[in-house]
Amino acid sequence: MLFKIALKNLLGARLRTILNILVTAFSFFLILFVYAMYDGMLQHAKQVTMDTEIAGGAYWHPEYDPLDPMTFEDAHSVLPEDIQSLVDQDNAFPVLVSQASIYPEGRMMPTIMKGIPPDQKIVNMPTDALAGHDDSSIPVLIGKGMASDTKLEVGDAFTIRWLDADRTYDADEGVVVHVMDTENFKLDMGHIWIPLNKARSMLAMKGEATYVTYAKELPPVQNVGGWIPRDINYLVQDMEAIIEADKPGAIIMYMILLALAAMGIFNAQVLSIFRRGREIGTLMAIGMTRQRVVGLFTLEGGLNAVLAAAATLVFFGPILWYFGVHGIPLPIDYTEMGMIMAKRLIPIYTIGLVVSTTALVSLVVLIVSYIPSRRIARMQPTDALRGKAVA
Amino acid sequence: MENTAVATINHLLKQFPVGGGFFTALNDVTLTFRKREFTGLVGPSGSGKTTLLNIIGGLDSPTEGTVNVLGKALDNTSHGERALLRRKHMGFIFQSYNLLPVYTVFENVELPLILNKVEEKERDEMVKEALEWVGLSDKINSRPAMLSGGECQRTAIARAIVHRPELVLADEPTANLDAENSHHIMEIMVKLNKELSTSFIFATHDEKIMAYLRRIIHLDDSQITEDEHIENPTGGPT
Repeated sequence: MLFKIALKNLLGARLRTILNILVTAFSFFLILFVYAMYDGMLQHAKQVTMDTEIAGGAYWHPEYDPLDPMTFEDAHSVLPEDIQSLVDQDNAFPVLVSQASIYPEGRMMPTIMKGIPPDQKIVNMPTDALAGHDDSSIPVLIGKGMASDTKLEVGDAFTIRWLDADRTYDADEGVVVHVMDTENFKLDMGHIWIPLNKARSMLAMKGEATYVTYAKELPPVQNVGGWIPRDINYLVQDMEAIIEADKPGAIIMYMILLALAAMGIFNAQVLSIFRRGREIGTLMAIGMTRQRVVGLFTLEGGLNAVLAAAATLVFFGPILWYFGVHGIPLPIDYTEMGMIMAKRLIPIYTIGLVVSTTALVSLVVLIVSYIPSRRIARMQPTDALRGKAVA
Repeated sequence: MENTAVATINHLLKQFPVGGGFFTALNDVTLTFRKREFTGLVGPSGSGKTTLLNIIGGLDSPTEGTVNVLGKALDNTSHGERALLRRKHMGFIFQSYNLLPVYTVFENVELPLILNKVEEKERDEMVKEALEWVGLSDKINSRPAMLSGGECQRTAIARAIVHRPELVLADEPTANLDAENSHHIMEIMVKLNKELSTSFIFATHDEKIMAYLRRIIHLDDSQITEDEHIENPTGGPT
């Protein structure tokens, strides 16, 4: 019975209902969109890391710690047999890591120098640019961020100084052969990439490597010869930690949006409910109990939320779909800020997000409908009939 | 006239808090309203007639004294029980009609029946019959904004009597109407009083209504000053 009356009230109120529904639908849209954008941003960062850096996982030299450059000096050896056979089958590629200093325009800059096979196809890096150069200089691949920091361009020469396996400092001229446009700042900032064979020869580390990155969906190698297997879960854990660390921020943002939505809905509900004081008095006079009056107005709020969800689908669905497919272009490059950010942000709408947002917004609508209607239902029917304002 | 009491009031005192003190709206009122009576509470503004009507309707509570309506002692009943009493056995007519603006005439009249959980088919018949009594069969789908004052009040009357209540309480039902509409409304209520045996209690200071009343209770300064029974009310325009 209440449902019938509530529905009749909603449909009968027309403009008031439309405005209420639009406010709620816009809140739905805003929360979904912003949260999906945020989710998309983080998922994209994870995906980029996997595509350009991690692939299926890696085997690390036991001394290697990517967060401690002091370990690089000792973190190299010939590959264990089974890992070497992965490389031979083109299912993996070795990387030799060392510290180096570069001198662009005479300034000294410490860097991480990585030797990588130019013909690798496992990670999405333009390493083929390192192939086919003569031995007169060291071909160097750098990222756009690094190029900007060092003011180097393709064809520019600069001095590279390194410490080889015999603990002897040596130096030679490097030439920038390509500036890569990568979203992964970890490949870019403070890094120079050179051909693996050249690195081995420069460092006097023939046949050696620091780590080996292998292709996706490969079974684990049985005999790793003391090297440490680092699967994809391990390698993305820092990214996941960043995502996890960002969660409170995301939740706060979500709560702020929800609070804004709630305030909008509350405002609309309070206005509509308090303006209907005389109507509430009339309903009480013809025999509706206070509980039913509260139930009626709360139910109207609930129906409002249901209609708003439908309105979101109809009016904002195409917008959500469009951005979900085409993304939103970002006006600035965030790579230099040390962030993995896509050129186009694509929001990700998960079922969990849609369901939780719908449930949460509906709950908020119910609560903000319940509070003012409970207040007005506490009035004396005689006051309500006079349309007296509630203090 | 049957002697069954529809409402009995004993030594009723009603006070409202005003500032630091109290305003006495009704003082030592003792009355009995009988079935099929057509009674008016008459007096100047502030004499307590609307307050008395609201107390009889269970919309307000007495400060002191007892009020018994249709066999229920209102001072001992909860909000819910009073709501049930109104829903089943009473009808209300207000000066400003109090129709729900988003509902059609039909839906406004149907509302008490929905609250009383009357089956849809029966509801439909009862609403149509009530609208026929008040002469609004042709306005069934109109909304209150599309009606004249007289038509709005006739809709309110239909809503008050659609569930065949034993008691109808009307607060200044003709105050917003012109003379012609006032007489028309009163004629309808006289007819319903006779045909449905419904008791009517009016709060009014409208002279036009008084000509139809069979009992006039004069209130002044919170007290009953005269209780007048009229054997043959003149009724109609003079």
